[in-house]
Amino acid sequence: MLSRVADSLYWMSRYLERAEHTARVVDVELQLWLDQSPQSGAGRWRFLLEALRTPAAQGVVDPTHLANTLVFSKTNASSIVSCIAIARENLRHVREQCSSEMWEQLNRLYLEVMDIRPDEAWMLSSHGFFQTVLEGAHLFHGITDGTMSHGEGWQYIQLGRYVERTDTLASLMETHFKRMAQPADQAVESAEYLEWVGLLRACVAFEAYCKAHTAEIRPLRVADFLLLNPEFPHSVRFSVDRVNAALHIIGDLTERRAKLPTRIAGRLRAQLSFSQIEEIMAEGAHAYLENVRTECAQIHTAIHQVYFDYAIEAEMAS
Amino acid sequence: MTSTALRLGLPPSFVNYEFNMAYDEMFGEPGIPREHYQALQRTLVSLPPGELRQIQKEADLTFLQEGITFTVYGSKEGTERIFPNDLIPRIIPAHEWTQIEKGLTQRLTALNMFLRDIYHEGRILSEGIVPRDLIYSCKHFRREMRGLNVPRDIYVNICGTDLVRLPDGSFAVLEDNLRVPSGVSYMLANRKVLKRVYPTMFRNYGVWPVDHYPQALLATLRSMTPENCPYPQDPTTVLLTPGVSNSAYFEHTFLAQQMGVELVEGRDMLVHDNVVYMRTTAGPRRVDVIYRRVDDDFLDPLCFRGDSILGVPGLFNAYRAGNVTLANAIGTGVADDKAVYAYVPQIIKFYLQEEPVLPNVPTFLLTDKVHMQHVLDNLPNMVVKAVGESGGYGMLIGPHSSKQQQDDFRARILADPRNYIAQPTLSLSSAPCLIDGEVDSRHIDLRPYILMGEKVTLVPGGLTRVALRKGSLVVNSSQGGGSKDTWVLRPLGVDDLSSSAEAARKGVPGKAPA
Repeated sequence: MLSRVADSLYWMSRYLERAEHTARVVDVELQLWLDQSPQSGAGRWRFLLEALRTPAAQGVVDPTHLANTLVFSKTNASSIVSCIAIARENLRHVREQCSSEMWEQLNRLYLEVMDIRPDEAWMLSSHGFFQTVLEGAHLFHGITDGTMSHGEGWQYIQLGRYVERTDTLASLMETHFKRMAQPADQAVESAEYLEWVGLLRACVAFEAYCKAHTAEIRPLRVADFLLLNPEFPHSVRFSVDRVNAALHIIGDLTERRAKLPTRIAGRLRAQLSFSQIEEIMAEGAHAYLENVRTECAQIHTAIHQVYFDYAIEAEMAS
Repeated sequence: MTSTALRLGLPPSFVNYEFNMAYDEMFGEPGIPREHYQALQRTLVSLPPGELRQIQKEADLTFLQEGITFTVYGSKEGTERIFPNDLIPRIIPAHEWTQIEKGLTQRLTALNMFLRDIYHEGRILSEGIVPRDLIYSCKHFRREMRGLNVPRDIYVNICGTDLVRLPDGSFAVLEDNLRVPSGVSYMLANRKVLKRVYPTMFRNYGVWPVDHYPQALLATLRSMTPENCPYPQDPTTVLLTPGVSNSAYFEHTFLAQQMGVELVEGRDMLVHDNVVYMRTTAGPRRVDVIYRRVDDDFLDPLCFRGDSILGVPGLFNAYRAGNVTLANAIGTGVADDKAVYAYVPQIIKFYLQEEPVLPNVPTFLLTDKVHMQHVLDNLPNMVVKAVGESGGYGMLIGPHSSKQQQDDFRARILADPRNYIAQPTLSLSSAPCLIDGEVDSRHIDLRPYILMGEKVTLVPGGLTRVALRKGSLVVNSSQGGGSKDTWVLRPLGVDDLSSSAEAARKGVPGKAPA
């Protein structure tokens, strides 16, 4: 597979995952806002921007500003509309590598979101918009799994998706833990309850959590679930497992198994597999998540160096 | 006009149909369709009002959703546009196609011999059939190609020749496109859409399929193995595109996908020890045959334009060393220069000792004093073209031009007569097209695609381009043209050779529905 093609598939997938993540987080946050006192706005919005690693603007931060920055902005490359446009542009560059169905679905999603304007009516029906984005992304992944060969190209799509998910999940949790009291192993109530449920919902984890631990929300269990659960697709450990699996298969297909990315991903995976949530909390969740994100960035860089942008002289010599 | 159509008993959708001086593809006489168009007319009549408009809407949406678009240069917003597609097919009966096929095969065979000759011994120049200075002054003549042997001595593997139909109904060649002809993907896309729109009529009409084009193209490319290919049975073939902002990018992705070859950009490749490699995730991999959709000028910054970032440094040396094949070869543009075009009938006679099957359009060379005077005196009736341009750029259409444009071209011609040719304004044939839900006539041409490798393949069909502006004679997509599907009909009883010849002679269309 051409390096440029692999690169495009990887980035396409990362951007689409980011659009999906942002849509879910902003949707949940706007819903939560309905249950808040009217004065609680500004502070929350800043946390939201931080959780999504978007630099906050000077001055007033209100829902309209949020919608413009996080959803519609053309200058913010992480806004939902930008992400979808960039994902589509990446796929357009490698159209012949994906199935026509995949391209048509992503193109349709793109045309749909480009049509929408951020006005009053949009604010009132924003939930429907976010659902469109989420469903569009889900449909795309379903079509991808169902119509594209699960070969090397497909593995880069997995890789991009789960590298991005690891990073965004870790970032969201980091901001959340910073804002909340140290997660305790006891049920929380009222205001705090809503925040923890909000976190679960932002990771589509509420129902899955309830199945595992009942609807009794214990922050420590929430942290455990989102960080270390091996079966839930939006947990950090699950995502890292997937990154690892994709890297192994790519390593086999290209006969570059022993290379750097596999080693870093393996190390991170081992850490998550054998960590205990109590230990993590005792040493500080912040540092732990920070480390996850650093390693994730290293995996990204290593993938680039080994598969996309290697030095040609060295390859010719070997 | 309205009364004419009604008096002729045409259905209401034809109410504004204009009959003019041009050859009409559908109607032999006003109101009476030719035999091979009758079934189509019946279908059009049977559709409920508004249906045509609805179908067109759906077809446009399909094109947009599938991203079958082209890029318009020089405009920022909405640079991706769909290539307008017209839903009324253009129908070519079997006997006419036989003629076209024969003529184009002859023409391309001769042009390939011509290219081999001028880059080697130059017999045709020594014998004075084609003037030497005409060739050496051609912008697309590549000195670098002198004495270089290309596989099978074939320079042009992929050719798209533009044909027009003259008022007497005969076909003539308007232009040869021997460099990187485009549009074949629209031929295939139009067909796909029309099959969806008129499934029954399709089967009954007996239309030749065109869907095997990508396969034929791949076979042609693979038959062009370079001299030093390590695995001559299985050459690694790629399609080289200038990239996503090229106007024909959709076509590049489409063809690469349909052929199952890698779509590469210049930056994906490198040359090491005169061997071309592409950068893959598993390390560098050798490339043997390149179907390049990049112009000569941009192929190799070390050899041609130094500011090109679309090419591969060192590519030409690898080509010279016989380590890679480029299709088409470098320097083929000399044979589709519009001034050289005027000599093609002589070229055919010289190499093949045959009379050309398809004639040229009368052409005035402006380097000739008598011709030049005639052209300048009759500028308002002439079409003037720059010899090295394509895509409808750099053209003057006399009857549709202003005094100022004419003066501008007059000055340009006087300053550089070698750079222009002139042709009398042709009345291209016209065909029924769907315009705003009604049927009207528009001028069209025809671009069939010819492949030449181990053998010659001419897919029965082509791109019929339509000048969508009423009265306009310019069919190029960049100048507001559209396209329509082209149906080449099988001769009646195609399995039986004798009756097929019979049918071809009589010009009977395929099994039309009763």
